[in-house]
Amino acid sequence: MTVDVLARRSTTPKPTLVELQGVHKTFANGTVALENLNLAVGEHEFVSLLGPSGCGKSTALRLISRLAGLSAGRLVWSGEVAVGDIGFVFQEPTLMPWASVFDNVYLPLRLQRMSRRAVGARVDEVLDLVGLREFSNAYPRELSGGMKMRASIARALVTEPKLLLMDEPFAALDEITRFRLNDDLLRLWAGRRFTVVFVTHSVFESVYLSERILVMAARPGRIVEEIRVDAPYPRDDAFRTSEPYNAWCREASAALKRAMGES
Amino acid sequence: MSTVLEQPTLADRAALGGDAAATDSAAADAHARRARRERVLRWVAPIAIALAALGLWELVVWWNDVPHYILPGPSLVAQSLVEDWGTLSGSLLVTLQVTFMALAVAIVGGVGLAVLFSLSKWVELSLFPFAVVLQVTPIVAIAPLILIYVDSTQVALLICAWIVAFFPILSNTTLGLNSADHNLQNLFELYGANRWQTMRFLRLPAAMPYFLGGLKIAGGLALIGAIVAEFAAGSAGTGSGLAYRILEAGYRLDIPRMFAALVLISLTGIAIFLASSLLSHLLLRRWHESAVKRES
Ligand SMILES: Nc1ncnc2c1ncn2[C@@H]1O[C@H](COP(=O)(O)OP(=O)(O)O)[C@@H](O)[C@H]1O
Ligand SMILES: [Mg+2]
Repeated sequence: MTVDVLARRSTTPKPTLVELQGVHKTFANGTVALENLNLAVGEHEFVSLLGPSGCGKSTALRLISRLAGLSAGRLVWSGEVAVGDIGFVFQEPTLMPWASVFDNVYLPLRLQRMSRRAVGARVDEVLDLVGLREFSNAYPRELSGGMKMRASIARALVTEPKLLLMDEPFAALDEITRFRLNDDLLRLWAGRRFTVVFVTHSVFESVYLSERILVMAARPGRIVEEIRVDAPYPRDDAFRTSEPYNAWCREASAALKRAMGES
Repeated sequence: MSTVLEQPTLADRAALGGDAAATDSAAADAHARRARRERVLRWVAPIAIALAALGLWELVVWWNDVPHYILPGPSLVAQSLVEDWGTLSGSLLVTLQVTFMALAVAIVGGVGLAVLFSLSKWVELSLFPFAVVLQVTPIVAIAPLILIYVDSTQVALLICAWIVAFFPILSNTTLGLNSADHNLQNLFELYGANRWQTMRFLRLPAAMPYFLGGLKIAGGLALIGAIVAEFAAGSAGTGSGLAYRILEAGYRLDIPRMFAALVLISLTGIAIFLASSLLSHLLLRRWHESAVKRES
């Protein structure tokens, strides 16, 4: 299988943005969350981490963003990482309920001491991108689940990050909203060309969105297979119903099943 | 309302045998009427009950010829309230002053200490026991001591009122400061927020509903603390607040005046409660579940 992974990796290499090399993560209570994890993400790439719950997907994102420390191994970035170079979107929208949509999106810039006057236009622009401009003054509780998630994505993008980490961002949404947000995400990614590492446990979502799917197994968490989805972008509903899409879904499903059998 | 996709044809309407729009508006009217009636009843019902209770009290006193030095009727209490207003209003002012100063110090001290607690685990571990001891010791039991040790009676009263008002604010605010969403805390860390920014933009706003809950309790307790301390001070109370008036009227068997002072204390307590509820509502109505109207 290792040979297989290496063979596939040789196609269209992009310069590496960030890499986890032989990473182990053991928690204080003795849980081994990740064991010998090797993961390289190329610049402007869209990678999905697909795996059953508890296999260490969230932990991997936390390690990459330095919210948690490695127990062993190395985290290598291709260049300097400044504050704001990483955007994070959680499964819950995680908005401040006491602040307006504008203030929520403005937060990352405010924490970098940029004045409202200086960056107000930039915040408005991002709100425009996610279609929330007219809800600028609304409070989170006045928004639907999908709109809250858009606000959360806008907040992650407002610093123009190099890397966007998304931890099952659409898992709590209904299917129609999820499909729409999938398309919006691809549109944003196509326009800006930041890198995305997208965590999901949905086979369909991972195939629809990503260029590359890394399938993980649990106990201990590790990457067991890699699937390239070589379909061109932009992808749309026609892709969702095409035969190649179905073939990739079958392949990813089978890989996921094997991964779950291994743990 | 959902979008109307197809307009019903005239034949459809005839088949329905009536104007659907008219029935709709009639139903809406009935609903509005019911809502209005409920709004009025909300005020009228408790007022009517209160008036009935007062009337019954007056009647019982009048019927049985109860002497006014045992139980005065409400009319006599009201009369005393008006006639003695000069003395009583002065005392009310004194009590209010102690209450609000104690509350103000409790807010500043409680919130300040809560912030300190949340910044340093060690400060919390070492100081929290003292706060608990202050809280669990009955104020009537320590008031005489405080009155002995502190020269100024006014300051002693203030300290007593502060002791009882302080704890709910401290403990609620501490709880609130520690209840900020974990992923939001992660986000602040990701964006390199320092302690002060995390406090200012995340933990203090998250603590607001808890603080306001504590304030509601503390307001009433400050008044109780002030009154209890005045009782303990007794005739030594140079400031002569409402409790002092009650004691004084008691010695003179001026029962109507005792009731009048009591009424003023209750009204003050109610006013403090309503004011803190209003403040809480105004500050939270845009975002907190406790204050937003439920859609129905
Ligand atoms: N803070 C923690 N302390 C101890 N164990 C943890 C902690 N966070 C996660 N784990 C454990 O690590 C494993 C991986 O968790 P996680 O990365 O959240 O998985 P996933 O996101 O794939 O569902 C799980 O077994 C989980 O119970
Ligand atoms: Mg997870």
